[in-house]
Amino acid sequence: MSFPKPIATTREVTGIPTGRLAVWWVIASEIVIFGGLVTCYLLMRLKHVSWGDEAANTSTAAGALNTFVLLTSSLFIVLAHAAAEKRDTVKSFKFIWYTIGMGGVFLVVKAYEYTTEITHGYTIFKSVFWSFYYTATGLHALHVIGGMVIMAIISFDVKKGKELQRVELIGLYWHFVDIVWIFLFPLLYIAK
Amino acid sequence: MTAESHGHTNYVKIWGILLVLLVISLVGPELEIPVLTLITAFGIAVVKAVMVAAYFMHLNIEKKYIWYVLISGIVALLVLFAGLSSDIMVDDGANWQDCIATSSCVEQRL
Repeated sequence: MSFPKPIATTREVTGIPTGRLAVWWVIASEIVIFGGLVTCYLLMRLKHVSWGDEAANTSTAAGALNTFVLLTSSLFIVLAHAAAEKRDTVKSFKFIWYTIGMGGVFLVVKAYEYTTEITHGYTIFKSVFWSFYYTATGLHALHVIGGMVIMAIISFDVKKGKELQRVELIGLYWHFVDIVWIFLFPLLYIAK
Repeated sequence: MTAESHGHTNYVKIWGILLVLLVISLVGPELEIPVLTLITAFGIAVVKAVMVAAYFMHLNIEKKYIWYVLISGIVALLVLFAGLSSDIMVDDGANWQDCIATSSCVEQRL
């Protein structure tokens, strides 16, 4: 049984497809969520210089590796989008799964980091710095997982040549998740 | 957005530039000059974010309406920043108790 599409997905009043506009609104609200966290962190960090000593215990190498992984995943998803626009569904499907793979690598590195930190006593309860660290990186990791799940779901429609516009939509979301990490990296891993 | 509208963008080249910027942000702090660390770490983060938004998210060719949507989020963030900064950064006044300075708030462990 097939259902007609909701009217909101079949009309546009701004000249921008409704789906894309909706994703931009999601991103605008996410700016407040992650921006709020980063803002609190910045203010607390400026106020309490001792946080630099705590930040010295994060792994710059792991953070840098994950930055490389996410930047590369952003390249893959934009290549998937470019392929979808050319209706090259096989190539688009392939790049979507490359992106999911990079998301998996990111999570493995993050899990390794968490394990190392927790076994050294740097738990979420150790200090306010570590509370921020786990909250910000944990929330970010949840966004990575969410993006991977959505990409996996849409990939099979893409392979069949259906709903190709969704590649661009999940791409916008994924790039935003990448941008969040671009800011978390210097805050948590470089400024010591 | 059509393929023609951003078909000329060399995504691999953009990715290469982003990786070079990543390396600079890692090398900068090694020189242990605070101002340079600030520029190479946070300045480059801003440049990288702008590049991803402009070229990968195609914000450089996006309609103005999207800019208004994003600016609304940033304005909300600025309001949040203004509200929080006075609470976090100013800790003097008759009703403040600075438990950090007196080490009397062990449970906060700042």
